[in-house]
Amino acid sequence: MEWLVRDRARLYARGMPVDQEALDAVALSRDEYALLCERLGREPNEVELGMFGSLWSEHCGYKNSKPLLRLFPTGSDRVLTKIGAENAGAIDIGDGLCVVMKVESHNHPSAIEPYEGAATGVGGIVRDIFAMGAYPVAILDSLRFGPLEEPQNRYLFEHVVGGVGGYGNCLGIPNVGGEVSFAEAYNGNPLVNAMCVGVAETAKLASARATGAGNALLLVGADTGRDGIHGASGLASRTDPEARFEEMRPAVQVGNPFMEKLLMEACFELASEHRDWIVGLQDLGAAGLTSSVVECCAKGGSGAVLELSKVPRREAGMTPYEVMLSESQERMLVIARREHVAEVTELFRRWELHCEEIGQVTDGNEVVVRDHGAEVARVPVEIATDPPQYRRQGVRPAELEELNRFDPASLPDLAPEEATATLLGLLARPNIASKRGVFRQYDQQVLGNTVVQPGGDAAVLRVANTRYGIALKTDCNGRLCYLDPFTGGAAAVAEAARNVVCTGATPVAVTDCLNFGNPEKADVYYTLEQCIRGIAEACSIFGTPVVSGNVSLYNETAGRPVYPTPVVGMLGLLEDVSKHLRAGFERAGAEVWLLGGEVEQAAATLAGSEYLEAVHGRVAGMPGIDLEAERRLHQLVLRANEVGLLLSAHDCADGGLAVAVAEACILGNTGFQGVGNLPGRLDAACFGEAQGRIVVSVPPGAATRLVALGADLSIPVTRLGTTVDEGRMRLGPIDVSLDDLRAAYEALL
Amino acid sequence: MRFAIIRFPGTWSDRDCHHVLTGVLGQNADILWHRETDLSGYDAVVLPGGFSYGDYLRCGAIARFSPVMESVTRFASRGGPVIGICNGFQVLCESGLLPGALMRNESLQFRCEWTHLRREGGRTPWADDIGEGEVLRIPISHGDGNYFADEATLATLEQSGRVVFRYVDAAGRATPGANPNGSAHNIAGIINARGNVLGMMPHPERAGEQLVGGVDGNRIWESIMKESLAVVG
Repeated sequence: MEWLVRDRARLYARGMPVDQEALDAVALSRDEYALLCERLGREPNEVELGMFGSLWSEHCGYKNSKPLLRLFPTGSDRVLTKIGAENAGAIDIGDGLCVVMKVESHNHPSAIEPYEGAATGVGGIVRDIFAMGAYPVAILDSLRFGPLEEPQNRYLFEHVVGGVGGYGNCLGIPNVGGEVSFAEAYNGNPLVNAMCVGVAETAKLASARATGAGNALLLVGADTGRDGIHGASGLASRTDPEARFEEMRPAVQVGNPFMEKLLMEACFELASEHRDWIVGLQDLGAAGLTSSVVECCAKGGSGAVLELSKVPRREAGMTPYEVMLSESQERMLVIARREHVAEVTELFRRWELHCEEIGQVTDGNEVVVRDHGAEVARVPVEIATDPPQYRRQGVRPAELEELNRFDPASLPDLAPEEATATLLGLLARPNIASKRGVFRQYDQQVLGNTVVQPGGDAAVLRVANTRYGIALKTDCNGRLCYLDPFTGGAAAVAEAARNVVCTGATPVAVTDCLNFGNPEKADVYYTLEQCIRGIAEACSIFGTPVVSGNVSLYNETAGRPVYPTPVVGMLGLLEDVSKHLRAGFERAGAEVWLLGGEVEQAAATLAGSEYLEAVHGRVAGMPGIDLEAERRLHQLVLRANEVGLLLSAHDCADGGLAVAVAEACILGNTGFQGVGNLPGRLDAACFGEAQGRIVVSVPPGAATRLVALGADLSIPVTRLGTTVDEGRMRLGPIDVSLDDLRAAYEALL
Repeated sequence: MRFAIIRFPGTWSDRDCHHVLTGVLGQNADILWHRETDLSGYDAVVLPGGFSYGDYLRCGAIARFSPVMESVTRFASRGGPVIGICNGFQVLCESGLLPGALMRNESLQFRCEWTHLRREGGRTPWADDIGEGEVLRIPISHGDGNYFADEATLATLEQSGRVVFRYVDAAGRATPGANPNGSAHNIAGIINARGNVLGMMPHPERAGEQLVGGVDGNRIWESIMKESLAVVG
């Protein structure tokens, strides 16, 4: 493809107008090209066209999403970074420490080459974290695939999981979960989102900026090859018919986690022990050298001059165009103070890494690229980092009206004698079944701080050498986002926060990865806007600002977009990590209560539920959420835990109450005996997915105080039953052994 | 007691071992870069887990040529206690300090999970404080932990009490279901003929504090600490 661009570029260099094909190769529209020429006052040359195309792509420039992203609340007294200004968001956790976090997509590369696509997705997000001067302490991944019955989907699933594990395990960073789910809507376009979390001393946070004329631009880590060219503009910024995936394969990079491990250790040593040697640290990700240099200059208000002959190459004969756009992995840009260049170079050499000075910071406002002294590109920083922005008019997808009008009350209720079999069937559904088969392929414990391993609600990690704990979870229910994008966006935040609360942690900040179809379509744009509005509202109410994130658009197969999937990564804080809670019922003789709702539920709560799809083959209805009640529910759990009332807490979500109780039995290996009959519709009581409910177990005698706390916060609390020694679960007409529950739940292994 | 913890390029259990030995057990420990060759002043050597050189060739196959390994071999030949954990076990096999090899897990997948280990017979300062038949709960985390040796070697190991840890179920039975990686004879850890060199796939340093899941791993460190006191005494 790059050959095409070069040929076309030669044509217009001879005075012929650039044609559509050349613009397509860098994903610029004709109007955008005209705007670029106007702002430059000339036509760009070949190298410049490649550079602008990448920087003005959706992936780097956020030209469709930026105006919407401004809707997010982004500040709190804990937030240390300005959104979008750094490689990741930083949150103060006290004692001079901060947590750094971000989630990012690698969907398109993973669709083409699942192992390497997923692996390099992990590599990229980890670099974002250590570029901040933080040590990465956790990885989470949020994965979506088409149904596993399809061999291609199983292939993608197995290789993506292999790639996530293969890369992260080698780095020695624990993977503490995330989620995996399946739906037709992800056929041919899997979603692979990776989140990384690090811890840093706040005073030593590094910044991605280039300042101080004469300071050195050092390129460290891997050599530069021809891999990944046009990753940003080609793969991630438009829809490609499946037929072209084969020829796009060279645009997927190949990861070298061993190199990344050395780079990570060296960069952390540099930032934590020699912060004064450097002015900036930046990773090379999408659009490689082009974006890292230009973005550092933009943040530092400076210019730069590069000499490409100094860039260590993996192969001979690479053109300046290829060097500037290569997305070879495991490379970092270090902006070193002139007087410390020798020491920085020596530090990297000790870690057995290359470190080459490839240019320097200038006072100007242009990035000048030279090859053996001859100028090959001159890019004004301001134009490069100010792509056109599109505020489109969204239109509610036409199909939603009929889907939302569907009333689950029109369906026959579940027969009591079918309740047990239905529960077992739901537990075995890939969306609900245990993901232990996935998690055990990831190192979950290295670094020695994993307190709650994945498999419950959220993972809990100790912050080394402190009493603090952090709870981490990613969440998003695509079906809800499809049926009502606003509610779905809000529910993603609510559920992630609820999961974190179930470990006893207070939700404090969000990172998000917005996976959508082609935003140039009015109905897709509508879902993007509404999901963002839903997230923004929930974040405002919960006091959890969005501190970082990523947007992945053009996720479509054969013209059909994926479910709108705004993945929310939530950070929770525990002042005292020893007060963490787990999801499972851990001992017999405890009382089990439902907080935040009645057992009796309206049929409407089956909207978008796993039950409705599994039993009635429908994804329909109108989901709802009460964010104020949700916030009070979180307070109730946190207060109850603070005074020591709770033995366990588990989110009541996918699969409804019966699945939540069953999971708590399985996870804690303890039986459950319910009290009384289940009132109202049986299907809604057992499997309705009303938001804002949590199942807790409390010691006998604690109930009075729990009821009083519930009354204080106007949150209904209902006694469900008791935990028992006998290995059975009995809830209404459901009566089943723990062995049968476990066998169904582990169906995916 | 002073431990030398060796860091090869790609090692990642170095800090975890350091934390447990110093922070939890109050011992002295230094992390040594693989180019160090001076082990004088150390009472024991730890080869920790990780992916030395990315494990791109056979696991441990490049690390065995690291400058420090000559010193480790000398240290071991003089009877100094050496423990290789996970990748460290692989390095010990590659360098000939222990017999056999660690192949790809039978599942062909990486496995990170809690396992039960039964202490078998055979004297070694690394486990003499653990009674024969005692069951410890210690996690594994590896892709290549499937212990293999020829029949003669296996017979020698078994007969001379050099299998010191075996994968078992919670009740202490060495069943196929309790074997997480396909290891011959459910072998999780072996010693050299002299007993001073232990190689094991499970990670004792990950079972050093109740908060992160258990303290059974400390039994191994406590064994060597007692032994060292006895020698000094």
